[in-house]
Amino acid sequence: MSSLDTTMGHSAPSHAEDNYLTHAHGIKSWLLTLDHKRIGVMYLCSTVGALMLGGVFALLLRTKLLTPGPGILDMSHDTYNRMFTLHGAIMVFLFIIPAIPGALGNFVLPIMLGAKDVAFPKLNLASYYLWVFGAVFFVTAMVAGSIDTGWTFYTPYSVTTPANGVIWATMGVFILGFSSIFTGLNFIVTIHKLRAEGMTWFRMPLFLWAIYSTSVIQVLATPVLAITVLLLTVERTLHVGIFDPSLGGDPVLFQHFFWFYSHPAVYIMILPGFGIISEIVGVHSRKHVFGYRFIAFSSLAIALLGFLVWGHHLFTSGQSALASVIFSAITFTIAIPSAIKIFNWLATMYKSSLQLTTPMWYAFGFIVLFVIGGLTGLFLAAMAVDIHLHDTYFVVAHFHYVMVGGTLLALFGGLYHWWPKMFGRMYNEMWGKVGAVLVTIGFNVTFFPQFVMGTRGMPRRYFTYLPEFQAFHIASTLGAYLLGFGIVLAFANLAIGAFRGRKASANPWGGATLEWECSSPPPHDNFAVTPTAHDPYDFAHLSYDEKTDGYVARRS
Amino acid sequence: MNTLAFSLLTQAVTAGSEATYWFPPQASTTAADIDWIYYFIYWISVFFTVLIIAAGLWFMIKFRSKKNAPPAAAGHNTALEVTWTVVPAILCVFIFYFGLTGYMDTHTPPADSYVVNVTGVKWAWSFTYPDGTVSDTLHVPVNRPVRLVMSSEDVIHSLFIPAFRTKQDVVPGRYTEEWFEANQVGEFDIFCTEYCGTKHSEMLSKVVVHAEGDFTKWLAQAGNIHERMSPVEAGELLVKQRGCLQCHSLDGSPATGPTWKGIWGRNEKLADGSSLTVDENYVRTSILQPQAQVVAGYGPVMPTFQGKLKDRDITAIIEYFKTLK
Repeated sequence: MSSLDTTMGHSAPSHAEDNYLTHAHGIKSWLLTLDHKRIGVMYLCSTVGALMLGGVFALLLRTKLLTPGPGILDMSHDTYNRMFTLHGAIMVFLFIIPAIPGALGNFVLPIMLGAKDVAFPKLNLASYYLWVFGAVFFVTAMVAGSIDTGWTFYTPYSVTTPANGVIWATMGVFILGFSSIFTGLNFIVTIHKLRAEGMTWFRMPLFLWAIYSTSVIQVLATPVLAITVLLLTVERTLHVGIFDPSLGGDPVLFQHFFWFYSHPAVYIMILPGFGIISEIVGVHSRKHVFGYRFIAFSSLAIALLGFLVWGHHLFTSGQSALASVIFSAITFTIAIPSAIKIFNWLATMYKSSLQLTTPMWYAFGFIVLFVIGGLTGLFLAAMAVDIHLHDTYFVVAHFHYVMVGGTLLALFGGLYHWWPKMFGRMYNEMWGKVGAVLVTIGFNVTFFPQFVMGTRGMPRRYFTYLPEFQAFHIASTLGAYLLGFGIVLAFANLAIGAFRGRKASANPWGGATLEWECSSPPPHDNFAVTPTAHDPYDFAHLSYDEKTDGYVARRS
Repeated sequence: MNTLAFSLLTQAVTAGSEATYWFPPQASTTAADIDWIYYFIYWISVFFTVLIIAAGLWFMIKFRSKKNAPPAAAGHNTALEVTWTVVPAILCVFIFYFGLTGYMDTHTPPADSYVVNVTGVKWAWSFTYPDGTVSDTLHVPVNRPVRLVMSSEDVIHSLFIPAFRTKQDVVPGRYTEEWFEANQVGEFDIFCTEYCGTKHSEMLSKVVVHAEGDFTKWLAQAGNIHERMSPVEAGELLVKQRGCLQCHSLDGSPATGPTWKGIWGRNEKLADGSSLTVDENYVRTSILQPQAQVVAGYGPVMPTFQGKLKDRDITAIIEYFKTLK
């Protein structure tokens, strides 16, 4: 591979004084920026803000659940119901879906491609402001309208509940959906049109394959959600009888429409995480990612199969047995590409020159959580067992393992991996590892007891519960406190590093993708000369330089 | 915990067993089969979880290298890749098959099933037996298939009996059904598992499984509430169980039908322009022939209770009405 290249004989520049952070000054230069890197940083701050808000609701819910009844917070039924609705809706629509594409996708994707920016920088800024507007609108509507429907807005409850803010809240979802569509569209065009010289599809980093697959889902599935919430609004205002059985509608139809979006959306949440883990495992193992094409195609396979499994949310809904059988069968096919990814990551680590860094710890934590989350999906895909487990805490635990394990740990892994690039400074490595271990352990203590509770029959969305479940609830709540502490610690370490950490070299981990060829932090235009792309996981030309604590390219 | 679960696995194959670490008691004929499939997936999951976590940890320790170590050589192994694609695929086919057969078993009620009608309403269950007896807990005979024919009067509910491993959404505007054959005498929990608003978590009931012969005794006694209660109490119970309060309020607020607050002796103007005083015969006529004398301002929408309420029931309701000041 190195013989192909003659232009990259120099070592990468480091610590350019003129970088994207210092290129322009003042609040206006941030708010009106078209720079994908600044938009990425703004997305990061905003979505982490949403995570904190959703997290506060989670801790309040878990604190209430220490005891049956109103508990030490003296919470009412309705407050609890509104709070779990807020927790779910904020986490799903404001954090999990936009966080990785919005923050890391925006920051890293154009640089990885060797481009100066995304294809449509103004649309990119518009996506961000749609997110901000949608988020403010959504949260205001949910709080002011006392929404208590759960994030799923199931009919006929959502068309008959006295909570009159349902229309406004679903309009918030509508606006957020457009933010998501615009981002997806932008990334698809950017990947098609702005790849640097030498970057064929199969020289694309796996993170980009994952973001590409995610974007396809965003563009194809989100309009269905938009149509669904519009129909819901029409139903509530004009009473036309689409979903409301008292008007001749079919309430289960809403569930089909809703999950036609929301199941693919699960892969909007998890695929970017897969991409990040592929990058981390490859770079920090200093070994070519095993089965590159398998991983790339498995992302696409998951994106496409993800459209065909929504009915597995409806095994108990009264859906026909034949439909359930077909949905169950297709659901199992998704297990295969997921399993392939895990085995390929492990095979990459085998006989590698593994660096036991903080990102590697997060990648390992991700694998632990995703294996448990993925395998418990088999219980739910098996129809007979799902009948018992549906709508119990088993399901709550399963999707938290997949969605939180998938998004949160991958986001942390990605942030710790790219932080030196984003802010040009290192974080404290020891505290980084402590944070990774605390988050992984805290997560398991929170959610593992919920598998047991759920199998024993504890239903979800319950304000109060039978005394026999209390021990599990207490364990879960204590785990949530530990998890919350770990998350705050992990972010604090990053924040302190960004301001006070020692300066990072251009390539502190020895990555071979293009973002490691520009300085840390990157200059405003990313590259003075458009780089040439090579195999993204061929590390042969990179050697360690002790002076800068980074890796330098020596091609000849 | 795994060793504990293993000892429980051996229990899982005996029917009608007590609660285990993972499961509530197995109190229906299909529970043991479903638990078997659960444990089948469970042990596959334990195997792969342990394998993957152990391999990951081992590789992280074993292959940990210094920063200046040369990068590792790329690996490729087609046989390995085919193996880890095909083996999970085969396991998935088995899990799918067991899940499918288990599902068909639990969704094909025997033809001679005893039918109980179930109504879900925010936030209570009501169970109606073939003889018209209504109860708010479900009573069933042991060792006899029971088919629940269910509907909802408002939003979607879901009837979940963990000890029977059975669950089915109860949807307004259609009937759904679930069936089971209890094989253990006792009392087991019923939960609502589809979120239905404020008191969703209190929409609980019990299923009482009676020993052979005891069920018919219970049914005869439950059907004869007048032996056990004063007429006023019986009337109050009846209007609650039969859903009258969905349309008639007790606090004077308007609803689908006229309020019952102060109904006794009230002067009502009828839809045909005449008027009358609410007395014993008017109440009786309204229950048995609801469309005969409709109060002005209300639609002729009330269903008849001919054949559903007996004379003694109507007398009890009349006595109850007299107390509604």
